[in-house]
Amino acid sequence: MLKPGEFYQRDRERQPPALTRDYKTSVSRSPQYSLISLQNSVSEITGPTFGHNDIDPLDKDLIYNYAKPGESAIGERIILHGRVLDENARPIPNTLVEIWQANAGGRYRHKKDTYLAPIDPNFGGCGRTLTDENGYYYFRTVKPGAYPWRNWVNNWRPAHIHMSIFGTAFCQRLITQCYFEGDPLIPKCPIVNTIPDPEAIEQLVAKLDLNGTIPLDTIAYKFDIVLRGRRSTLFENRLEGN
Amino acid sequence: MPQKLDYLPETASQTAGPYVHIGLAPGAAGFDIYKQELGWDIAGPNARGERIRVEGIVMDGMGSPIKDVMLEVWQANADGNYAHPEGGGDVEDGFRGWGRVITDFETGEWGFDTIKPGTCPGRNVGPQAPHLNLWIVARGINIGLNTRMYFEDETEANAKDPVLNLIEWERRRATLIAERTERDGKTVYRFDIKVQGEDETVFFDV
Repeated sequence: MLKPGEFYQRDRERQPPALTRDYKTSVSRSPQYSLISLQNSVSEITGPTFGHNDIDPLDKDLIYNYAKPGESAIGERIILHGRVLDENARPIPNTLVEIWQANAGGRYRHKKDTYLAPIDPNFGGCGRTLTDENGYYYFRTVKPGAYPWRNWVNNWRPAHIHMSIFGTAFCQRLITQCYFEGDPLIPKCPIVNTIPDPEAIEQLVAKLDLNGTIPLDTIAYKFDIVLRGRRSTLFENRLEGN
Repeated sequence: MPQKLDYLPETASQTAGPYVHIGLAPGAAGFDIYKQELGWDIAGPNARGERIRVEGIVMDGMGSPIKDVMLEVWQANADGNYAHPEGGGDVEDGFRGWGRVITDFETGEWGFDTIKPGTCPGRNVGPQAPHLNLWIVARGINIGLNTRMYFEDETEANAKDPVLNLIEWERRRATLIAERTERDGKTVYRFDIKVQGEDETVFFDV
């Protein structure tokens, strides 16, 4: 029988490096020394587990989860859905997916956001859910607006939803951002362009999914997430060093 | 052309940005939405072992506190078991071993209450000294930073720890060791993290 072994090493040529000068904030927040590469121990191959007691079914419906009774968030109604998979293309069931985003006008409900677009009284901007047994998840929300940010004088973030995913091991932990197909701001964004590999950027762009829509009601975008995969141990291998 | 390998590549990371609190700690962003926020209770009420508090600051390359950082901690219980099917053994009812903490927006100070973990097995030779696994995200951090916190009073175990010993530069090992202090009869470990600059904290590619 194949036993699950270590996780595949993270492909650092596809992931953004720490220092990316065009995203200015990274300059003083990037370690200068190399990361110390660590082979997996029990500390890395384990990670927190979550259950349905931790969350509420309404948490995944951002149109209603902060709305007053009888009201709903303003904006283009979307379903964001997809699967959480590992690098072996196996679904990751029961894993926590958390999202946060600006409202349809590009304004965050956060005391530090001072952009002049108004707060939507019926929109909080966060949601969370657990993947089902097939690794599938979905959220209902509004499409976030683009907004300006201080980097160069005239930078605009493409519409995006922040996503946080756990997997089964702490070494799979990932936070990323989901963009939307066809947005002309994507290739101009210094945060997007921290990623050196064009295919890795494409993988962050949710695809319009007309088959996933609810006709006359809500449009859909599909966004699959891939977390690190594990090798199976075919042979007991002698572990070198530590 | 040789055959294709059919692995999927890992999704690329992006910064958590300045508004990470909206999603992961909405109370701190200034609004109340979830019945319960996750990650504030690491050890639960039944955990054995020494109750401790861990506090610190995350500093940037200029020595200024990073005030919009979020840390997550993952740890074993006092027996050295993680709350996971492959975690080595049972844990107390209510022990999750995972926590999430953000900083004070004015000072950059963070802190959490937990229990001191036990030693856990290493990969091959000998056990690992008690440690907390930490993951740090913030605006300007493109991919989460993994580090570990060890305990000052575990001199003997630390000296044999396989991960600390992997760090070639002995003086850098000290960046992972928290200072033990007492306050109002409680044990407080101080662990400042320097993302860049002099005495930069050791970060791992795990």
